[in-house]
Amino acid sequence: MLKRSLRRGALVGGVLVFIALIGAPAAFAREPVVRGVVTLSQLLLAIGALLAGSGAAPATRTRSTGAVVAAGAIAGAVCMLLLALLALLVSAVDLRQVLVNATPQLVDELTLGRGVVTGSTVLVVLGTVLGALGGWSTRLPAAISRSAVLAGAAVVVVGVLRDKGLAIAEAVALGVAVWAVAYGRSRWGSALATRYQRVQRRNSTMVSIVVWIAGLFILLGLPSILGTYGTSVLDLVGLYVLMGLGLNIVVGYAGLLDLGYVAFFTIGAYVTGLLTSPAASTQLGLSFWIAWPLAMVAAAGAGALLGIPVLRMRGDYLAIVTLGFGEIIRILVLSDTFKSVLGGAQGIIEIPGPSIGSFTMMRPQHFYYLILIGVMIVVFVSRRISDSRVGRAWMAIREDEDVAEATGVNLVKYKLLAFAMGASFSGIGGAIFASWVHSVFPNSFTLLVSINILSLVIVGGIGSIPGVILGAFFLVGLPEVLRSFADFRMITFGALLVAMMIARPEGLWPAKSRRRELHLEVAE
Amino acid sequence: MRRRLSGPVDVTQLVVSGIGLVILLFVVYRLVATLMGGTYGVSTYASQAIFGLAQGGIYALIALGYTLVYGILFMINFAHGEIFMGGTYIAYFVIAAFDRSGFLESNPLLAIVATVATAMTASVILALGLERIAYRPLRRAPRLVPLITAIGASLFLQYAFRGLFGTGVKVYPDTHLHVAGIDILGGRYDIGGMVVRPIYFVVFLMAVTLMLALWILVQKTKMGKAMRAVAEDKDTAALMGIDVDRVVVLTFALGAALAGAAGVMFALYNKQVTHTMGFIPGIKAFTAAVLGGIGNVPGAMLGGFFLGLAESTFPTLLGLDSQLKDVIAFGLLVLVLIFRPTGILGEVLSRKRA
Repeated sequence: MLKRSLRRGALVGGVLVFIALIGAPAAFAREPVVRGVVTLSQLLLAIGALLAGSGAAPATRTRSTGAVVAAGAIAGAVCMLLLALLALLVSAVDLRQVLVNATPQLVDELTLGRGVVTGSTVLVVLGTVLGALGGWSTRLPAAISRSAVLAGAAVVVVGVLRDKGLAIAEAVALGVAVWAVAYGRSRWGSALATRYQRVQRRNSTMVSIVVWIAGLFILLGLPSILGTYGTSVLDLVGLYVLMGLGLNIVVGYAGLLDLGYVAFFTIGAYVTGLLTSPAASTQLGLSFWIAWPLAMVAAAGAGALLGIPVLRMRGDYLAIVTLGFGEIIRILVLSDTFKSVLGGAQGIIEIPGPSIGSFTMMRPQHFYYLILIGVMIVVFVSRRISDSRVGRAWMAIREDEDVAEATGVNLVKYKLLAFAMGASFSGIGGAIFASWVHSVFPNSFTLLVSINILSLVIVGGIGSIPGVILGAFFLVGLPEVLRSFADFRMITFGALLVAMMIARPEGLWPAKSRRRELHLEVAE
Repeated sequence: MRRRLSGPVDVTQLVVSGIGLVILLFVVYRLVATLMGGTYGVSTYASQAIFGLAQGGIYALIALGYTLVYGILFMINFAHGEIFMGGTYIAYFVIAAFDRSGFLESNPLLAIVATVATAMTASVILALGLERIAYRPLRRAPRLVPLITAIGASLFLQYAFRGLFGTGVKVYPDTHLHVAGIDILGGRYDIGGMVVRPIYFVVFLMAVTLMLALWILVQKTKMGKAMRAVAEDKDTAALMGIDVDRVVVLTFALGAALAGAAGVMFALYNKQVTHTMGFIPGIKAFTAAVLGGIGNVPGAMLGGFFLGLAESTFPTLLGLDSQLKDVIAFGLLVLVLIFRPTGILGEVLSRKRA
C-alpha cells in the first residue's frame, strides 16, 4: 500500500516535472481560469496531485476510508515534493545552458510566487491535502465523482476560452449547474432515454426532421454567432474534417495506412493555383468552379497512380512509401527544377476567391458556407459508401486480404478506388484552401499536415464519421483557440497517439464494428 | 505467386514494370550523357564516393536498428530516427562541457570516447523506455496499432527535446586528433586538387568495426543465438526456455547503441544538432534496411553503404539538381519495392504473414 502510493506519486510527479521543464507552467500562467484565484498552470499542478491521490487508492474496497485518504495524501505529497525539489534545484543552480525552461519564472510558478522555501512548503502541504482529497474521491459513488470531474472540466474549458477567465460567482454557478445536470443524467438519464425512444418510435420521421432542421439552422447561423475569428477557426476545422474523412476512407475503411496524404492536398491546391491565378506561370485565370473539379480529378489520379506500385505491399511498407511520396512531392514543388512552373519557394500568389456572378468570396464567413457544403457532401458520400457494396469490400480487405480475395473481392480495383476516393476529398480540400488563403507555398504542405490529419482520424475514431468531426474539433479547433497551448500542440499529439493506441485504440467516438475488432486479441 | 494467375493483377504488374522501366531508361540515359559529356573529373567522383561511404556507414548503423527490431517483432520502429537524435543531442552537452573545460583539446581521444559512450547510453535508455511504455503493451495488437504508436512516439520525442532544450541549433565543437601527424578528425588535406577529409575514413572504419562486433554478437554468442531463435519463432523459442521479453529488450538496446554511436560520428562531421535531425536519416536508414532486405543483418549494412554512395554520386552522375538528393533515396525505395520487394539479400518477408 505504501509502495503503491510512493510509486504513484513519483510517477505523476515525474510527469509533472517533465511538463514543467518543457515550459508549460510559464505559458499557462497567462491563462487565468477563475479571475484572481487560479491560473491554468496552478490547476495543472492541482490536477496532478488529485490524480496521484486517486490513483494511489487500491482498487479493492477492503481498506478503510482512512487508509485510502492516507494513501492519497502520501502520493500527493510525494508528487509535489518532486516539484518542490525541482524548484529548489532550479533556483540554486543555473541550468539554462541545457534546459531552456529552467528559468526563475518557472520557480515562481512552482512556488506560487511565495519564495522558494515558503513556496515549496506550501506546495507540499497543498499536494498532501489534494492527494487526500483525490484518495477520498475514490470512495464516493461513481455518479457523484464522475459528474464532479465533468463539472470541473467544464469550468476549466470555459474559463480558458474566456479571455480573462471566469469570475468566482460565474465559476461556481457553472460548476454547480454542470454537476447537477450530469448527476441528474446519470441518476435518471436512462429513464429519460427510454422515454425519448418511445416518443421517437411513435413518430420517428417527425422527430428526426425536427432534429435535422434544428441542426441545420444552428450550422447556418454559427458564423454570425462566432464572429470573424471564430468563423475562420471553424473554416480550418471544416477543411480538416474534409481531409480527415478522405483519409478515413483509406485508413479507416480500407485499412491502408497512408502517411503521405498531404501530397494530394498539395496537388489540389497547386492545380487550383495554376488554373485560377493570373500571376501563375500558366496565366490561365480560370474560375474556381472550373478549377476545383480538375483539382479533385488530378488528386484522385495521383492517388490511383501512387496506389499501383504499392498494391502488393503490406501495411507498414505502405506507410513508409506513401510518406516518401509525400516528401517527394514537397521537394519537387520546392525545387529549382520546377521553379518556372510552380514558383519554387515563392509559391503561387494572387489566387482569386470563388465568385458567383459579381460576388466574390473573400471573408471567412463566405468560405464557411462553401466548406460546409463540401463537408456535407463528403459526409453524405462517406456514409452511403460505407454501407454499400464498395464499403463492404473495403472492410473485407481491411480484415483479411487473402480471405477477401478468395471470396471474390477484386483487390486491385477496390484498393485503387480507396486511394483515389481518399485523395479526391483531399484534392477538394486543397482547392478550397488555395482560394481561401489566396496563395500556395510549399512550406504549407509538410509531413506534419499528414500527421495532423492522421491524429485526428485516430483520436476521433478510425472509420467513424462523427469521430473524425469530433477529432477535428479537438485537435485542430481547440489548439487554434488556446493560443498559449500552441507550443505544446505536437508533443500532445504524439502523446495522445501513443496513449490512445494503448488505452482506447477505437478512438473517442468509435465506429461500432471497429470497437469489436480492436478489442479482439490477434495472435501472430 | 498465386496472384500472378488472376487477370487484373497482370495489368497492374505491367503498368508497374512500365513505370519502373521508364525510370531505369531515364537513369541510364542521363548516366551515359553525363559520362560522355565528361564535365566532371575522377576527383569529383572520388571525393563524393568517400563522403558517400561515410554517410552510408551512418545509414547502415541506423538501419541495423530497424532491421534487428523488425526481425524479432515484425514492426517498424518508426521512432528509431529519434533514438539516433536523442543520443546525439544528449552527448552534445557532454562534448560541449569538455570543450569549455579544455579537456577536449588536451585529451581528445578520451573525450570522444566518453561522448560516444554517453550517446550510446542515452539512446539505449530512450529506446528501453519506449519499448517498455509504448510497444510492450501492444505486442499482440493488430499490425497498424504499433505502427501508429511508433509515429506518435516519434513526434513526442522530437517535441520533447524541443521543449526541454529549445529550438536553437546546437553545434558540435571542432575536434582535432593527431595520429601520425594527420589530424584525423578535423583536418582537410589537399591531395592532387582533391580535398580529402580523413574523418570520412574514420567514420567508415568505425562503422565497419561496430558492424563486425554486432555480427560476431549475433552469430557467435549465446545471446545472439537466442535472438535468432526468437526471430525464427517466438512461441517455440519461449518453450525452449528463452526469455522472449529479455531478448526483445536486448534487441532494442543493441539497435539503440548503434544508433547513438552513429549519431556522434554523424555530428563530428555534420556539426549541427537539432530536434528534427533524426527524421531524414531515420527514413533513409529505413530505406537502406529495405534495400538490403528488412530483417536481414548483412542486408542492412549493404543497403546502407549502397544508399550512401547512391545519394552522394547520383545527383552529379545523373546531372540532377542536388536539391533532389532526398528524392533519390525515396525513389530508390519505391523502385526496390516494385522490382524486388524482398530487398537485395532479403527473404520473402514483405508478404503478409512475415
